[in-house]
Amino acid sequence: MSAEMNIARARMLLEGIPGVTLSGEGPILTVETPVDQFAVVGAMLKEKVGCLFFAFLTAIDHKEAGLEVVARLDNLDSRVCVMLRTKLGAGNTRCPSLFAIYRGANWMEREAFDMFGIVFDGHPDLRRMLLPEDWVGHPLLKSYAVDTPYPPYR
Amino acid sequence: MAEVRAIDYTGSERLTMNMGPQHPSAHGVFRAILTLEGEKIVGVDAVIGYLHRCHEKLAENLAYVQYPSIASKTDYVAAMSSELAYVMAAEKIGQFEVPKRAQYLRVMVNELQRVASHCLWLGTWCLDMGGALGGGTSIFLYCIRERETVLDLFESLVGARLLYGFHQVGGVRYDPSAGWAAQCRATIDTIEKRLLEYEQMLDDNAFFEARTRNVGVISSALAQDVGVSGPLLRASGVNFDLRRDQPYSSYEDFDFKVPVETEGDCHARYRVRMVEFRESIKIVRQALDRLPEGPISSRPGVKSLGQVRVPKGEAYARVEGPRGEVGCYLVADGSQKPYRMKWRGASFSNLAVLPYILPGVTVADVVAIMGSVDPVFGEVDR
Amino acid sequence: MEIKPPKCTIPPANWEEFKDLQEWKQLHKTRPETGDKFSPLFESVTEGIHSFPGGFVVTTVADNFLNWARKSAVWPVSFGLACCAIEMMATFASRFDVERLGMVPWASPRHSDLMIVSGTVTIKMAPMLERIYEQMPDPKWALSMGSCANSGGPFRHGYHVVKGVDRIIPVDVYVPGCPPPPESLLNGLLLLQEQIAHFHKTGRKAEPTPKVD
Repeated sequence: MSAEMNIARARMLLEGIPGVTLSGEGPILTVETPVDQFAVVGAMLKEKVGCLFFAFLTAIDHKEAGLEVVARLDNLDSRVCVMLRTKLGAGNTRCPSLFAIYRGANWMEREAFDMFGIVFDGHPDLRRMLLPEDWVGHPLLKSYAVDTPYPPYR
Repeated sequence: MAEVRAIDYTGSERLTMNMGPQHPSAHGVFRAILTLEGEKIVGVDAVIGYLHRCHEKLAENLAYVQYPSIASKTDYVAAMSSELAYVMAAEKIGQFEVPKRAQYLRVMVNELQRVASHCLWLGTWCLDMGGALGGGTSIFLYCIRERETVLDLFESLVGARLLYGFHQVGGVRYDPSAGWAAQCRATIDTIEKRLLEYEQMLDDNAFFEARTRNVGVISSALAQDVGVSGPLLRASGVNFDLRRDQPYSSYEDFDFKVPVETEGDCHARYRVRMVEFRESIKIVRQALDRLPEGPISSRPGVKSLGQVRVPKGEAYARVEGPRGEVGCYLVADGSQKPYRMKWRGASFSNLAVLPYILPGVTVADVVAIMGSVDPVFGEVDR
Repeated sequence: MEIKPPKCTIPPANWEEFKDLQEWKQLHKTRPETGDKFSPLFESVTEGIHSFPGGFVVTTVADNFLNWARKSAVWPVSFGLACCAIEMMATFASRFDVERLGMVPWASPRHSDLMIVSGTVTIKMAPMLERIYEQMPDPKWALSMGSCANSGGPFRHGYHVVKGVDRIIPVDVYVPGCPPPPESLLNGLLLLQEQIAHFHKTGRKAEPTPKVD
C-alpha cells in the first residue's frame, strides 16, 4: 500500500488512544505518547501499520523538563517513517522497553541506559554498553561535563 | 567388578572463550565472550565500547563548522558518507540550499568511497578466512592496490587519503581540478577490469564456497527487527536501498541497479557487494558525464566558528553508506552548536544481529561471519 | 606588492601553566625506566672478555651486530585500534611495503618487538593495552601513531579518552598525523630503526634525536 494510505491508516488507529498526539507532514509521522503507552503504541505500529524496521532508539536531555525517549520505526515497503517519542517528565528515569516488540531495542536501550541512566522496564539484560561496567555517571546528561577527569588516564 | 562410568560428552562440557579486543582478524576492537560446547557456539556476549570516543557529547561542544571532520572518524573506512549524514541533517533543519554541482560531487565522492570501502572489505575478509601467511594475503594485496588508486583520487581532490573534511553545511569545500576527471575515469576503468580477477579467484573456489555458503544466515524478518541495513539487508531478501527509495543529494538523477539476494548467508552478501562495486562505478561515470557547472557551496567557505547557525528544530538524515544506513539525528537550538546529536551507526545495528545468528555455528565460522558483516568500530562505539 | 605576514595579537602561551603538561611531567618522573636487563651470565662473560687487552673491540662489534639484527627484523604486534589502523594496514600492504624493512606484522605479542599503537586509546581499552605490552618480551619498543595515540587527538576532551598512550606505556617514537599517511609512518619506523641501532649494552635506550627535516 502506498505511503499516504499507510499514514492515513496509522492516524486512524492511533488517534483513538488517549494522550497520543500526531504530527508531521508527508511520509514522516511523529507520534508522541505518554510514558505508559510507549510499548503499546510500539506494538501497534509493528502489527497494524507494518513498521517492521527498527532504525534507532535514543534519548534527549531537556534539562529541567526531564528526559525524552525517541525511537524511529520504518515501514520499508511503503516508505513510511514513524518517530515515536515519549517525554518521561522531570525526575523520571523509567520507561517501558520495546525489547519484546523489536529485538533491535536490545542494544539501543542498553546504550540509552549507559548514557542517560534510563531504566527500561522489561529489558532482560540492562547493563552498560559502551562504558566500562564500573563507570560512575551517565555522560550524555547535560549535567555531566565532557572533559570529566579520570586520573591517571586523563 | 569395577563400575564403568559412562561419560556423557553431550552438552555438559561448556567452555567460555574470549575472542578478545586484540585478535588477528583485522576488524578492530571487539570482544566476544563465546560459550562453547566443543566447537559449537551456544552463547555469545558481545562487549563493545573499546573505541567509545564520546562523539555525541563532543558534538554538543563543537560548532557545525568544526564537527564534519570529526564525523569522518565514525565510519573511518567510508569517511565521506559519515560526513554527509551530519551535514545533511544540519541542512535539513535549516533548509539550506545545496547547489547542483555540489550534489553531484557528493554523489561521485560517496560512490568512489563505496568502491574503496568494498575493496578493503574484500581484502580483509579474505585475509581473515585465508590466513595471513596463507592464501588470504593475495587478495588482500590486490584489493589494497585498487584501493590505493582510489585514495590517490581523493588525495588530489581533498589533500587527505583517509579522513577528509570535504563536506560543509551548504555544499562541499573542494572543487576538482582540471585533470581530476580524466584521472577518475582512468581509475574506475582499471578497477572494473580488475574486478574480474577477484571473481575469477573466488567464484569457483571450493574453499571459499565451503566457508561462505549457508554460513551466518540472517532471515529477512530478523534483519528488519534488529535494524540491519545495507548489503546485509539486501542479501536477506529485503529490496530496500536508500539511494533509490528515499533519494537524497540528486540520486534520483542516476540510473543504477540494486542487487537483492534471498539466501542471507555470507555468499549472498559477497554477491551483493560485488554487484555494488560495478553499480558504483556506473554511477561515477554518469556523474562525471553530467557534472553541472556552478558553485560548490551555497555558503561561504569555513572562516569563523559562528558562521553556521542552524535554527531550532530537529531532523534525521540518513545516507546509504557501504555498511548500511548511516544516520544523524540532530536536535538544533538556534546556536552554532547542536543541542543533541545521535549517530545511528550502521555497524552498531549490524553487529546487534550477532547474538541471534552465532549460536549454532562453529568458531571458525565466526571469523567468516564477522568479515561479511563488515563492522567498523568507529561507528559501533562512536 | 609586498604582502605583510599577519600579526598575532594573542600572547604566546606559557606551557608551564597548563595543568595537563604538569601532570604529564609528573607521570614521567614517577614511571620506572624499562630497559633490557641482560642476564648475569652474559654480564660475567663480557667481564671476562673485557679483562683481555682489546676486549672492548669484541663487545662493540658484537653490539653493533646485535643492534643491526634487532633493527632489521622488528616484528610489530598488530594492534590496530581505530582509523590509524587502516593506514597501518596500508603501510603493511602492497604499495608501501613494510616487509622490505624486515617487519612482519605478527598477531601474538609474545613473539613481537614493536607495538604500533594506532588509534585512540580509551579508558576501557587501556588495561588491555597495558597487558599486551607486558606480554611482549624485552627488548621492546613502542611507536605511537597518530594524534590520538600521541595526545588524545581530536577526542582529547572526551570523558572516555586517554590523553595519549604515553600515560600507559613508555613510547619511543611519536608519529603525528590524523591519520599519518603511510609515508609518515615509514619515516617513523626508520627513525625507530636508527634508535635501535644505538641500543646500548647497558640497556638504556638512546635519547631521541630531534631530527627535523
